[in-house]
Amino acid sequence: MSALKDFFSRGFAHGVHPQGFKEHTADLPTQRMPFVGRYVMPLNQHLGAPAVPLVAVGDRVRRGQLIAEPGAFVSTSLHSPVTGRVRAIANRRFPGGVFARSIEIETDPYATQRLEQRPAVDWRDLTKDEFVAQVQHAGIVGMGGAAFPSHVKYSIPEGQHIDHVLVNGAECEPFLTNDHRLMVERPEALLHGIEILLHNLGAREATIGVELNKPQAIAALEQHLKPSQPISVVPLQVKYPQGAEKMLIKAVYGKEVPAGELPRDLGIAVNNVGTVVAIADWFEAGVPLIERIVTVSGPGVHSPSNLIVPLGTPVREVLQYCGGLKDGVIELVMGGPMMGMPIASLDVPVLKGTSGILAFTETGNLRPKEYPCIRCGRCLEACPYFLNPSRLARLSKARLFEEMKNYSVMDCVECGSCTYACPSRIPIVQLIRTAKSQLRQPRSDDR
Amino acid sequence: MSTRDPRLLLQAAPLLKQQLTTRRAMLDVLIALLPATLAGLWFFGLSGLLVLSASILGSVVTEWLFTPAETRREHLLDGSGFLTGLLLGLTLPSSLPLWMAFVGGAVGIGLGKLIWGGLGQNLFNPSLVGRAFLQATFPNAMTTWTPAGSPGDFFHLHASNLAMPFMHVEYDGVSSATPLGLMKFEYQDTSLSNLLIGNISGCIGETSGLLLLLGGIYMLWRRVIDWRIPASILLSVAVFSSILYLVGPDRYPGPLFSIFAGSLLIGAFYMATDPVSSPITPRGAWIFGIGIGVLVVLIRIFGGFPEGVMYAILLMNAATPLIDRYTQPRVFGRGSVGR
Repeated sequence: MSALKDFFSRGFAHGVHPQGFKEHTADLPTQRMPFVGRYVMPLNQHLGAPAVPLVAVGDRVRRGQLIAEPGAFVSTSLHSPVTGRVRAIANRRFPGGVFARSIEIETDPYATQRLEQRPAVDWRDLTKDEFVAQVQHAGIVGMGGAAFPSHVKYSIPEGQHIDHVLVNGAECEPFLTNDHRLMVERPEALLHGIEILLHNLGAREATIGVELNKPQAIAALEQHLKPSQPISVVPLQVKYPQGAEKMLIKAVYGKEVPAGELPRDLGIAVNNVGTVVAIADWFEAGVPLIERIVTVSGPGVHSPSNLIVPLGTPVREVLQYCGGLKDGVIELVMGGPMMGMPIASLDVPVLKGTSGILAFTETGNLRPKEYPCIRCGRCLEACPYFLNPSRLARLSKARLFEEMKNYSVMDCVECGSCTYACPSRIPIVQLIRTAKSQLRQPRSDDR
Repeated sequence: MSTRDPRLLLQAAPLLKQQLTTRRAMLDVLIALLPATLAGLWFFGLSGLLVLSASILGSVVTEWLFTPAETRREHLLDGSGFLTGLLLGLTLPSSLPLWMAFVGGAVGIGLGKLIWGGLGQNLFNPSLVGRAFLQATFPNAMTTWTPAGSPGDFFHLHASNLAMPFMHVEYDGVSSATPLGLMKFEYQDTSLSNLLIGNISGCIGETSGLLLLLGGIYMLWRRVIDWRIPASILLSVAVFSSILYLVGPDRYPGPLFSIFAGSLLIGAFYMATDPVSSPITPRGAWIFGIGIGVLVVLIRIFGGFPEGVMYAILLMNAATPLIDRYTQPRVFGRGSVGR
C-alpha cells in the first residue's frame, strides 16, 4: 500500500534512497534547552556579507536586542539570544575547522530572560520594501541549512511577480526531524506565516511539500487548514535530495528551473517551514530569530532529542544536555549527514542554519577504502541534475578543471548523491567541490 | 560519558553510503556464475575442471606478477582477476590443452587489463581479449568440440588436455559440432529443451541456457549489472533473427534458437555487462546492446564463423568511448526540454 502511494505521489527524476534513521527522534516532542553560561554569535553565520556589531565589549544586552546590523543588502541582523554582558568580539570556532569573528555573550545568571516587549507589526499594512526591511531586521534566514537571508528572496525586481509560495517540508536529510516536529507541533503558526507571505508577496496560492514518511505532519497541517485558505499540502515521494529547491519545484509543479535562473523567474518563492514559522513569530509576537529547533541524533548520542536551542549555544552544552557523547565518536556534523558541515571542536556554537547535530562512531563508511572507478554508472543514475559524476571525478583527479566546464560542473548543487551511490567509495562530490572552488578563484598561474 | 573531548575527524559529507561495494559486486557475479559453472563441470567432468583452473591460474598468476608488491594483496582480493579467468574458462572447449587455457588467462589479464592501467582502465573485456587471442592463435584447438558427457564419465580426461606446449595435439573420441555449427553448415536444428539444459556440445559454461539466465536474474536483482544491456542485446537478436527467419524459415534459425544457442546468454549477461568496457550512460547502453545484437546476427548468418558473440562485444567495446561521448545526458534545467 505505501509502495503504491509512493508510486503515485510526486517526485523528481534520479536521486537516492538513504535509510531515514528518523525513528530515533520523530516522535519526541521538542524540549526547550535551559540557558547556559556563554553564547557565541558568529557574525557570518548567514550567507552574504558578515553582520556589523552594534555593541562593544562590556555592554549589557537584553535577550532579543539587536546586537549586529546587516553589513550589506545580502546580509542580515543578529539579536542577542540571552540577557547578559558582551565579553568579547573576537575570533571563535566555526564549523569546518575554521575561526570566525563572533560576539561572545556571558549570561547574566540573575536575569529573568524575559523577552523584550515590542509593538507587534501589522503585516497587512506594509509596502513591499517595508516587508523586506522587516524580515531583514528580524534576522530571518533560510532555516533548512543554507542560511541564505530570506529578505533577499522577497525583494522582487521590477517586472517580476511571485504567484506561488512553495513551502519546503520535505526534510529529505536522514536523521533530521526538526521540520517534522515543527509541522506537527505548530501547524497554526506555519499556516499563519504562509498567510503573511501570500499577502505581502501578492501570491495566488501556497503549496506545502511534505515527504510521505511524515504522515503525522501531513495530518496536522490538513487538520488546521481552513477551506478558505489558498493553501494545499502535497505529499511527496521519500527521496533524497527532494528538499533541494529546484528538485522540490520539479516535484510539485513539474517544472524545471533553467540553469542559471532562480525560482522567482518562474514566479515561485521557496521557503523552509522553519523560515515561515520564524516570519510568523516576528510579525505576531515580535520575536526575532534568536532560537531554533535542532535535532540531536546519530549513533554516538546517548539520548537523541529535538531541542529548542538559543542561537550561539556551544555544541558541548547541547550534547551534555542530551546525556553526552558515547565512547568512540569520531565525527560530529552540523546539519544532515548528506550535506552537513563537519565540526572540529565541541566549542562551535549552534547557528541559524543548524538543523541538526549528529555524532557518528566508526563505521566502515567514514573512512572507506577507495577502489578504482569501474564505470558502473550508479552516480549517473543518482545525480538529480543528470551530470556525469564519474567523468567529473576522473577529470578532477587529473586536475583538468577547465575541461570539467564542458560537463556542466558548475551546475552541481553538491547534494552528495553520487558519493552515496558509489560502490568504489570514491569521494566524488568532494572532488567536484575542489574543482568548483578552483574554478571560482581567479587563477594566479596556470595550474 | 567521556570527560575528554573526542578526537574528531573532518570528513566531508555525505557520510552515508549505500551498501554495495565494488568487491561485493565482483562476488555477486561469481555467485551468479556458480550454477552454470557447476553444470559445466557436470557435463564436461574433470577436463572441464582442469581447463577452468588453468585459465584462472593464468589470470591470477599474471596479475600477481605484474602488480607492485605493496598493492598486490588488494589487487588479488578485489576478485576481478579471478573473475576474468573464470569467465574465459567458461568460454573454452573442454578438450583444450591446459597450457593454452593458461596462456589465454595470462593474455587476458596482461593485454586485456594490466597494460591499460589496471582495473577500471581497460577498453576491452579482458576475458574476451584472452579468448580472441586463443581463437586467432589456436583455431583448430578452439573449435574442436566434444559432446557433453554423462555424469558417470566425470573422471574421463581428454588426452588433448595434457598436450605439451607447442606439440601436436591428438584429439580423442568423437568430436561433434555445436548447435550453431550444425545450423550453419548442415541446416540442422537442436531442440530448445537441450539448449536450455545444456547437454549439447559447446564451451564449458555456455551450454546451459537456463542456469545462465538464473544467474543473470540474480545479478539484475542485486543490481550489479545494467539491465539495459542484456535487454537490448536479447531484444535486438530476437528482432533481427525474426526478420531473417520470416524471409527464409528453412535457411535461417528462429529467434528462440538464436537466443539460447551458442554463447549469446553468457555474452549478454556476463561479458557485455562488464561495466568497465560498456557505456556508462543509459542511452549509450541501449546503443551498445543493439549494436551487439545486430553484429551477432550478421556474423552468425553471413560471416565465416558459426558464432559471433565474442567479436560483436569486442567491436562494441571499441565503440564505447565514442558512444559515451555522444550520449551525455541532458543536464537538468538545460537544453531543449527546459519547460
